[in-house]
Amino acid sequence: MVRYDYFKPFTLGEALELMERHRDAVYIAGGTDLMVLMRQKKLSPKALISLRNIEELSRKDGLVIGSCVTHREIQEDETIRKGFQALHDAVCRLGSTQIRNVATLGGNICNASPSADTACPLLVFDAEAVIAGPGGERRLALVDFFLGPGETVLQRGEILKEFRMPGHGANTGSAYIKQTRRNGVDLPIIGVAVRVTVDRKDLRCKDMLCSAAPASEILAHFGEEELRCEDIRIAIGAAAPRPIRARKAEEALKGQLISDETVAAAARVAASECAPRDDIRGEAWYRREMAEVLVRRAVMKSLDGVLRPDEMVYPDRLW
Amino acid sequence: MKREISFVLNGEPVSVDVEAQWTLLHLLREVLELKGTKDGCGEGECGTCTVVIDGKAVNSCLFPVMEAEGRSVTTIEGLRAPDGGLHPLQKAFIEHGAVQCGYCSPGMIMSAYALLQEKAEPSDDEIKDGIEGNLCRCTGYVKIIEAIRSVAKGR
Repeated sequence: MVRYDYFKPFTLGEALELMERHRDAVYIAGGTDLMVLMRQKKLSPKALISLRNIEELSRKDGLVIGSCVTHREIQEDETIRKGFQALHDAVCRLGSTQIRNVATLGGNICNASPSADTACPLLVFDAEAVIAGPGGERRLALVDFFLGPGETVLQRGEILKEFRMPGHGANTGSAYIKQTRRNGVDLPIIGVAVRVTVDRKDLRCKDMLCSAAPASEILAHFGEEELRCEDIRIAIGAAAPRPIRARKAEEALKGQLISDETVAAAARVAASECAPRDDIRGEAWYRREMAEVLVRRAVMKSLDGVLRPDEMVYPDRLW
Repeated sequence: MKREISFVLNGEPVSVDVEAQWTLLHLLREVLELKGTKDGCGEGECGTCTVVIDGKAVNSCLFPVMEAEGRSVTTIEGLRAPDGGLHPLQKAFIEHGAVQCGYCSPGMIMSAYALLQEKAEPSDDEIKDGIEGNLCRCTGYVKIIEAIRSVAKGR
C-alpha cells in the first residue's frame, strides 16, 4: 500500500487551509471512485483531505443540495422523488446499495465522467454549482462545469460546495433513462434526462400511458388533444466527451404540440447532436440510435409524471 | 506513523493503532484477523467485503479506515447469537442451499442483514435491490433470494 496522510477537517475553511499547506493532497468525499484510482495507481496523492465530516457540505435544504449528500439520501428524499423525478431515477440506478450509501453527488460530478448518471438530471434542472475556494465563492451553470473526461473548471484547492436548482412551474415532469447491459451496477451505454413542462394535465387519453400500445400511437393521442410543450430540457450522457444539453432538439419541441411527429423529430435532432465514440460499452452508431429512442421514451415518461402524478409509472419496461 | 482510532466493532468498543492509508477491510482482515469479511475485487464491484456501518451496507475495501472513527461497524462475525449459534440468515442460507463455494456468502448475508434491519418485510424486488452489489458466480441467486425471503418477517 502506498503511504499517504489522511486529514479530517470539520469546516470548509479548515479544508481549504489544509490544501494550501499540502500541495500533493487531494480531496476525498465518498471515495468510491478515488479509492479505486489509487488502488490502480492512477493517482498517488501524498495526503487525502476528507470532506465527509464537513456539515456544511452534507446539508440538504429544499432545492439546495450539498455536494457531500449521498446518493442514498437523495434516493430517500420525498421532495426529489416527487418534483425532480429525473434525479431520483438516476440515483436509484447508480452503482449498488453499498456504493450509494457512501458515494456523494458532488463526487459523481467532480469525477467528471462523460457517463456520470447524476449529471444529466442536474443539467435538465438548470442546476448551478457553487464553488468554494481560497479566494471566496463563485457560481456557475453546471453545464459549464465540465471540460472533458475527468476535467472540470475546478482550480487547485477549490471545493464544489453545493448545487442550487431554481425550481420549476406546475405541469412539469422529468425522467432519466439509462441504457445498460445489466440492471444493476453498470455504467450507461447512453443516458438521457428530460424535463418537460406542458400547458395542462387533464388529458382524456392519459391512461393510454399504461397500455401496451406502441409509443407512436400514445404520442398521436396527445397530439389529438393538443397538448402543448411549453418548455423542455434534454441532456445526454456518454454521448460526447462531457455530458451535453441537446439544445437544438429542445428548440425544435418548445412551443410545439406534443405528437408522434414532433417528438420523433426532436429525438432525431437530439441524436444528431451527440458526438459519441466507440468503446467497450457500445459503438458510436448504436449510441446515436439509442439516444433517439431514449429521448422519445424519456419525454413520454416525463409526461407520465405530469399526467398521472400519484400513480406508478407503468409498465416500467416500456421506459 | 500510526494513529489510534476508536469505534464500536460488533457491539464492543475497540481502540486500535492504524495507518492512514489502510482501508477498513485491511484493518479487519490483516490486523484484527476477522477473516470472515472477504477481499474480492477491491473496487466495489463484487460486494464480498460488505460490512454494515451505522446500519448501512458498505464496501469495506473502499472505506478509508480513518473514517471508521466513532462509528459502529458490524461484520459477519458480529451476527453470531450470544450463545454462539448462527444468525437466522446464516441458518437460512445453509438450509436453502444458498451457499456453494461460499466466497460471496459473508457479503451477501451482510447486505441482507442491512436490508432486513431497514425493512422487515421486503418484496422480492427490494431483496434483489438489496443484494444488487453482491456478485455470486455459483448459485444463480434464486436460492439466495429464497433464503432471505424465508427470514423476512411474516413469511
